Amino acid sequence: MSKEMNPFYDPSLKKRHLKDKLFKYFTISSLSISLIFLAIFLGDMIIKGSSAIQQTYIQVEVSYNEKSKKSYRKAVERKYINLLSRAALREIPMKMKNNPSLMGTKKLVWMLADDQVDMYMKEYYYKIKSRDLKTLKALIGDSRVEKKFNTIFFTHGDSKTPEYSGILSAMVGTILTLIVAMAVAFPIGVATAVYLEEFSSHGKWSQFLEVNINNLAAIPSILFGLLGLAIFINLFGFPRSSALVGGLTLALMTLPIIVVSSRAALRSVPASIRQAGYGLGLTKVQVVKDHVLPLAFPGIMTGSIIGLAQAMGETAPLIIVGMIAFIPDSPSSIMDAATVMPAQIFTWAGMPERAYIERTAAGILVLLTVLISLNALAVILRKKFEVKW
Amino acid sequence: MQTFETKNRNRHIQEDMIKYALILAATISILTTFGILFSILFEAIEFFKLKSFVYFFTGTEWSPGTVDSKFGALPIFAGTFIITLIAMSVALPIGLGSAIFMSEYATKTQRTILKPLLEVLAGIPTVVYGFFAAITVAPFIVNVCNSIGLEASFNSALASGVVMGIMIIPVISSLSDDVITAVPDSLRKGSLALGMTKSETIKDVVIPSAMPGIISAALLGISKALGETMIVVMAAGLRPNLSWNILEDMTTVTVRIVDSLVGDQAFNSPATLSAFALGLALFVVTLTLNIVSVRMIQKFKEKYKMSSL
Amino acid sequence: MKKNTKINVKDLNLWYGEKQALHNLDVKLYENKITALIGPSGCGKSTFLRCLNRMNDLVDSAKIEGNVIIDGKNIYDKDVDEVSVRKRVGMVFQQPNPFPKSIYENIAYAPLKHGIVKKGSECDDLVEESLHGAGIWDEVKDSLKEPATGLSGGQQQRICIARTIAVKPDIILMDEPTSALDPISTEKIEALMLELKKKYTIVTVTHNMQQAARIADMTAFFHLGKLIEYDETETIFVNPKEKKTEDYITGRFG
Repeated sequence: MSKEMNPFYDPSLKKRHLKDKLFKYFTISSLSISLIFLAIFLGDMIIKGSSAIQQTYIQVEVSYNEKSKKSYRKAVERKYINLLSRAALREIPMKMKNNPSLMGTKKLVWMLADDQVDMYMKEYYYKIKSRDLKTLKALIGDSRVEKKFNTIFFTHGDSKTPEYSGILSAMVGTILTLIVAMAVAFPIGVATAVYLEEFSSHGKWSQFLEVNINNLAAIPSILFGLLGLAIFINLFGFPRSSALVGGLTLALMTLPIIVVSSRAALRSVPASIRQAGYGLGLTKVQVVKDHVLPLAFPGIMTGSIIGLAQAMGETAPLIIVGMIAFIPDSPSSIMDAATVMPAQIFTWAGMPERAYIERTAAGILVLLTVLISLNALAVILRKKFEVKW
Repeated sequence: MQTFETKNRNRHIQEDMIKYALILAATISILTTFGILFSILFEAIEFFKLKSFVYFFTGTEWSPGTVDSKFGALPIFAGTFIITLIAMSVALPIGLGSAIFMSEYATKTQRTILKPLLEVLAGIPTVVYGFFAAITVAPFIVNVCNSIGLEASFNSALASGVVMGIMIIPVISSLSDDVITAVPDSLRKGSLALGMTKSETIKDVVIPSAMPGIISAALLGISKALGETMIVVMAAGLRPNLSWNILEDMTTVTVRIVDSLVGDQAFNSPATLSAFALGLALFVVTLTLNIVSVRMIQKFKEKYKMSSL
Repeated sequence: MKKNTKINVKDLNLWYGEKQALHNLDVKLYENKITALIGPSGCGKSTFLRCLNRMNDLVDSAKIEGNVIIDGKNIYDKDVDEVSVRKRVGMVFQQPNPFPKSIYENIAYAPLKHGIVKKGSECDDLVEESLHGAGIWDEVKDSLKEPATGLSGGQQQRICIARTIAVKPDIILMDEPTSALDPISTEKIEALMLELKKKYTIVTVTHNMQQAARIADMTAFFHLGKLIEYDETETIFVNPKEKKTEDYITGRFG
C-alpha cells in the first residue's frame, strides 16, 4: 500500500521520532559517561598502583663486623650505598644486636633497593647519578637485581623513605578508630531507632528528633571535625591525633546512617508479631527485646556495615582532629597518636617523590577492596536474611 | 476464682528505666547537632570579636598570615560557588539522564546490574577522588589547554569541579530515580494514549510530575558540593582568587578551614578562629539547603499521597 | 440497525510470555456505535481493548498475531506508526489520570504537540470546544488555570475525555471509565457517551452489566480470552445464544 493510501501515514511524526531517539541516546550516554568514568578511574588506579605489588631488591654482600655495627654505611661495598635503601641499611646494626652470632661473618643478602632504583626498574622517571647507574646496570647484568613481592608495604608503617613505607600502621589505626566509632554509634543508633519506632508517641518531640537526625546526615563531614576539635580535644582534653578522638568524631557521623537503617528494619517487622507478643501477656520491653529486635537484626547489621564502610573512607574530619601525623609504628592503644588509611593516602599523595604515587594508588586499591568487600557483605546479609512478610 | 495479678512494681520500674535509657540515647543526636552549632558559633563569635563581621562577608582580601591580617572571605565564597557550579553542571545532566535511563528505558536485568555499579561511584572515598583529580585530571586539563594555546593551572577550578561533579552523579541519580519511578504509571499511559512519543511523555509529563523530588536531589547535590573537602584540598588551590576563569586556581571554604587548622598556630589566633567563621557560614547554608530539600520531597509525597519513598 | 464496519479484527491472538491471553478473535466493531465488552475479571476484555490502539506494545512480554484493520489498514502493519494510531484511537482509563498540570494545559498539551492547533486563540477555542464536548465547560470555565488534580473524580474523568477528544480521534476506547466514580458522576459520563457516539466510534469495557444494557448498541461477551458471543445488546441480554452468556448475564458466575 502506498503512503497516500495509508490512513495512519503522518509525515510530521518523523521529526518527533527523531527527537525521541535523540533523547534516548542522551540518557544512554549519560549513564555510559558515569560508567566509563568508573572504568577509567579504576583502570587508572590499577595501572598506577599495580607496580607497587613488587619492590626491587639487590643482592649484595653484607659484612657484619664492629665497623658496620657502628656505621651501617660500612656494611656494604661503598659503590652500592646509593643504590640501596637507607632505611633498610640502618637496620643492620639492630639485626646484629639481636643476633650476635652474625658477628664477623659475611653474607650474600637481598637488600631492599633505593626508591630511585625501583623507579628505574619499573621504567618510571628516575634520578640516578651516572656512576651509580653504571654499577646498577652491571648488577642487573649479573642478575643480582630482582623485583620481589612487596611485603614491606603490608608489614611496615609510614616512612620518610618511600621504598620502606607501608600501610600497616594506618590499617591498625583504622581498625582502632572504627572500633571506637562502632562501639559508640551502634548502641546509641539502635537505641535511638528503637525509641523512635517502638516507644515514642510520635508527637512533637519525636518529630523534632527525626528532623534533627535528618539534618545531622546532611551536615558536611568537615564540620564534624570542627566539633571534634572544639569539644573532644579542647574541652574534654582527649589526646589530639588519637583513635579515641577520631573514633568519637566518626561515631557521630555514622549515627544517622545507623538510626535510619535500623528504623527501616524495625518498621519492616509486621505488627502481627508485636500483637502476638502482647497477646501472650508480654510487656513492651519483652516484645521488643525478644521478638522484634531479633527479626530486625539482619537489617540493622546491613545498615551498620554500610555506615562502617562510610566511616572508613572518611578523611576530612580526621585531618581536622590531627590524624595525619607521621606514624611509623602502629598505635597500641586508642590514646596513641594514629593515622587512618584515607589519611595515609592523603599524606602520600602530597609527597614529592615519584615512588609515593604508586604507593598512594596501591593504598587506594587496598582501601577500595576492603570497602567493596564490606558493601558486598552488606548485600549478601540483606539477601540471605531477607524475609518476605 | 482467678484474679488478675496486682501491678508488678519492680517490673514497671525496670520498663521505665529502659525507656529512659532509650530517650537518653536519642538525645545524643540532638546534643551532636547543637554541639556542632555551638562549638562553631562560640569560636566564630570569638573571631568576630577580633575581626570585622561586615568585612568578612564583603572584603576581598584574605591574608591571615600577615601582621595586619585581613579576613575578607568574598573570594573564598566565590571560589566555592564557581567550583560548585562546575560540579553541578556535570552532575545534574548526567545524573538526571542516568536516572531517566534506569527508570524509563532500562529492562529489569539492566537495572539490577547498573544500579549497584552507580552505587560503587557513590562508595568511593573522597580522598580517592581527590587523588584522581590532582594526579590524573588536572595534568590532563593542563595538557589539553596547552595544546590549544590556553594556560591552565595545575590547581584549576575546572579539575576539582569536574571530579566533584562525578562524585555527585550518584547523589542526583539515585534520588531522581526513586522519584521518577514513583510517578504513577497511569500518567505515562494517559500521555502515550494521546499519541505522544515516549520522550515527549517523559519530558512533558513524567519529569514535571517528579520535579519537586528532582529539585530536592539537586539541592542535596549542591549541599554536598559546598561541603566537599578532600577533592578541593588535594586538587584546588590555596589562594583566594576572585575570578571567573575556571582554568585558574581557586580556593574554597573547606580548603581554608583545613589549611587554617592543620598548622601550629595558637588556637585563639584569628587565623585559626577564621576556620570557625567559615564553618558557620557553611553550616548555615547547608542546613538551609537540607531543610528546603526535605520540604520539596514532602511536597512530592503529598502530591501522590505516598507514605514513604 | 445500520452498521458500517470501523474496526475489523481478524484472527487476533495475544500472548503474555508463554501464556496466551487472547484466542482467535474475529470481530467487527461499528462506526458511531457504542460497543460494550463484558465478561468476568481476567477474561481478556481489557487486553483486547488495548490491542485496538497498540497500548500492548508497551508490555515487553506481549506478542500479538493477527490483524486489526481500521479504515482498511491493519494497524499492526510494519509501515504503521503506533503513535499515529493512538492519535486516531483515543483512550480513557479506569482511574481518572489527569496530568498534574492546569486544566487548560491538560487539554492543550496533545493538540499543541501534534500541531493540530497553534498557541493562542486557536488553541483556546479548541480547549473550550473540547470541554464543551465533554460536558464540563460550565463547571471549569472560570478555573482553567487551576490544577486538574484538584477536581472531583467525575470531573477529572470528564477532563480526561475532553483531553482525548481534543486530539480529534475517530475512535474512543474506554476502560471501565466509571468504575472509580460515584453514581451521579457515572450517570453524567453515560449521558456523555451517548452524546459522543454521534461523532465517534466508542468501545468500552465495563463490569457493570446494567451499564452495558443502558448505553451499548453492541455487546461482546468474553470468557477466558475467547469471544463467546457478540451481538446487538438487546439480543445478548434478552435472548443469548450461548449458555455461558446467559449464566453470566443472570449472575450465575463472574
